[in-house]
Amino acid sequence: MAKPKVATTSLAGCFGCHMSLLDIDERILDLVDKVDFDRSPINDIKEIRGTVDIGLIEGGCANEENVRVLREFRERCRLLISVGDCAINGGVPALRNLVPLGECFEEAYLSGPSVDNPSRRIPDDPEIPRLLDRVRPCHEVVKIDYHLPGCPPSADTLWAALTALLAGKSPELPYELVKYD
Amino acid sequence: MTTSATPPLDEVLGSFEHDRSRLLDILLALQRRLGQLDDATIDGVAAGLGLPRVDVASVVSFYSFLGGQRRGRVVIRLCNDVPDLLMGADRVAAGLEEELGIRFGETTPDGRFTLEHASCIGMSDQAPAALINDVVVPNLGQGAARRLVREIRANPDAKDLRRLLVREYGDGQNAHALVRAAVKNNLRHAGEVVFAEREANAGLAKALAMSPAEVIREVKTARLRGRGGAGFPTGLKWEFTRAATSDQRYLICNADEGEPGTFKDRVVLTERPDLLFEGMTIAGYALGASKGILYLRGEYAYLLEYLEHVLAWRRAHGLLGRRVYGRPGFDFDIRIQLGAGAYVCGEETALIASAEGLRGDPKNRPPFPAQRGYLGQPTSVNNVETLCCVARILEMGSGWFASLGSRKSTGTKLLSISGDCTQRGVYELPLGTRLAAVLEQCGAEEARAVLVGGPSGRMVGEADFDRELCFDDLSTGGALVVFDGSRDLLEIASSYLDFFIHESCGYCTPCRVGNVLLKERLDRIRAGRGEAADLDYLQGLGETIRTASRCGLGQTSPNPVLSTLSAFRPLYEARLTRSTAGLQPGFDLGASLAEAGARVGARSLHFETVRDLR
Repeated sequence: MAKPKVATTSLAGCFGCHMSLLDIDERILDLVDKVDFDRSPINDIKEIRGTVDIGLIEGGCANEENVRVLREFRERCRLLISVGDCAINGGVPALRNLVPLGECFEEAYLSGPSVDNPSRRIPDDPEIPRLLDRVRPCHEVVKIDYHLPGCPPSADTLWAALTALLAGKSPELPYELVKYD
Repeated sequence: MTTSATPPLDEVLGSFEHDRSRLLDILLALQRRLGQLDDATIDGVAAGLGLPRVDVASVVSFYSFLGGQRRGRVVIRLCNDVPDLLMGADRVAAGLEEELGIRFGETTPDGRFTLEHASCIGMSDQAPAALINDVVVPNLGQGAARRLVREIRANPDAKDLRRLLVREYGDGQNAHALVRAAVKNNLRHAGEVVFAEREANAGLAKALAMSPAEVIREVKTARLRGRGGAGFPTGLKWEFTRAATSDQRYLICNADEGEPGTFKDRVVLTERPDLLFEGMTIAGYALGASKGILYLRGEYAYLLEYLEHVLAWRRAHGLLGRRVYGRPGFDFDIRIQLGAGAYVCGEETALIASAEGLRGDPKNRPPFPAQRGYLGQPTSVNNVETLCCVARILEMGSGWFASLGSRKSTGTKLLSISGDCTQRGVYELPLGTRLAAVLEQCGAEEARAVLVGGPSGRMVGEADFDRELCFDDLSTGGALVVFDGSRDLLEIASSYLDFFIHESCGYCTPCRVGNVLLKERLDRIRAGRGEAADLDYLQGLGETIRTASRCGLGQTSPNPVLSTLSAFRPLYEARLTRSTAGLQPGFDLGASLAEAGARVGARSLHFETVRDLR
């Protein structure tokens, strides 16, 4: 029987959640025995190739490219998990929601104290993803099946959730694994 | 800095004997004199009362009628409660904005006019209505509103705004020399208790011939329950208050009827103040209290002079003051505390705080007011209508009272009926009357939904019209707002959420944040971007707010949503949609990108690919 497939991505996040996943240490050998990795920064595959059983999303949606990737994951993954506070709440990137988008552009490209932009032009190449009006948590954009809180969720939390799901069970995480203060 | 002890400040502080517990009155008086409460005034009041500045500033910021920002000499407060909106308050608002050239919340550059919205001002039966300073202007149309503004403008020296604004006095005591209001009573049906003919002060005379314990027993035998909405047995409340050990007890009459759509107490205060004060005096006697307070909502300030006059008359005739009615050892007097536009002050612990000159923040219970209330002393807070019933029970006997109404809900109930019916106004009907019979009586043949008990009550549909208005079935503080088939109940629920969001004191999170989230999701459904799961979300969040809020305001605030969700679920379901192309229906990609697109151009390789996925 083919192994279950896992895909991961980082949207508007810092890759901290992925680092935490690598923190499972030697258990990563168990993991590669149990699953195949599809699209993920770990193997640098850029697009999901078929149907995936579990998708892990780090980071919220700050721009249209994030939306595109998230939608790809939703279409191709049976279960989609928001991993970490940025995916769940918007996190640090969502601090910009307190500032109108126009002012963000002004500060970043025109009037900021360290800006050197003689052309006075805001970068507008069609390759550059356009920003959403505000940073959104993933569940505002697509349906999300599970939320794993933490900044980042600890390696043990990720491991417990993944092994439970791979065993066909709903993850029931003990309080210690989801308490962070 | 030196305190700028202006003469009005000294005078006002002096007239209240620098009493810290009268801070609200002091600020109201200064606001009236100076037109605003600026930093210097707040400093002066704080220094004069020996208070930290923040204690004064936080009271100023709490009440709608107080403000540091300079308001115009004429403040127009247009009521934007639902019955007013049903009657076209939006058109009046547009007319006022156009005539004055300012938006709501603004003051004209010449400092003449300020335009504000007010939550229900107790005139739902003659909506749309506005308060222009203290003057009530009912039945406003767009044209009339503009005309009034032009007239005020043309008479800049008018000392008495009332003379300018009131064309025709209302009926009954509304035409009294100290009231002179255009307000109409609209008393459509007088029942046997409050609005019946009676023998003045007969109840008081009988009470004073009994012992206080016997008076309480009489009220208990009549099975009188509080008329404000909660329905707590009045005799029991008095027993608790009397049982608390103290030298000083207080009676407070709650005339802060702020529940949107309620206006019955307005008519009682206008037409039956003597009955009310008689009931308060009997209550004072039963409780062993020597001081009573009538907490009058700021919106009814137009009745203040008149009520003071009635009190003065009672003092002059030995019905208040030392040795009431000649009875040795019973001293009792009443003062009127004016509110300043805060709905939450109708909640009894908030009301007590407000009467003490503090912010109207509700308190945790226990201790209950019966144990520790006004100024830390045992206090009974009773509704206007309840105290009127007390006077009549003592006059006519508990057996007579208990024979009215239904077995468990004795007596009559005053109902304030507004909305889509032909005969809006106050009805005094026996408790236990069927809702359908009430609707027939007020000319509401087209009724499809009725909000029973105001927004903190419940919205019921035709399936419930056969139920009885009483404590054991459809319980109500008295407000009935009728809606016909042309009304959008989801829009109405959303309006009432606006009200609760505005009136939340902000202390506890479920109420302060929960209602904002509730409204956001409700409006998403209204915009056709909700899905089935959103109904579960509304239900779950509503129950959380109801369970976890600190006071009655928060606990009842999700009711407009919860009760429409239960009685009118198909209306919600008809607005639902399904997610498209994998995106949540609440997420609009195009709208989210519009702002950035306007800055950097609409061309985007990513947009192409996003669209391809569709």
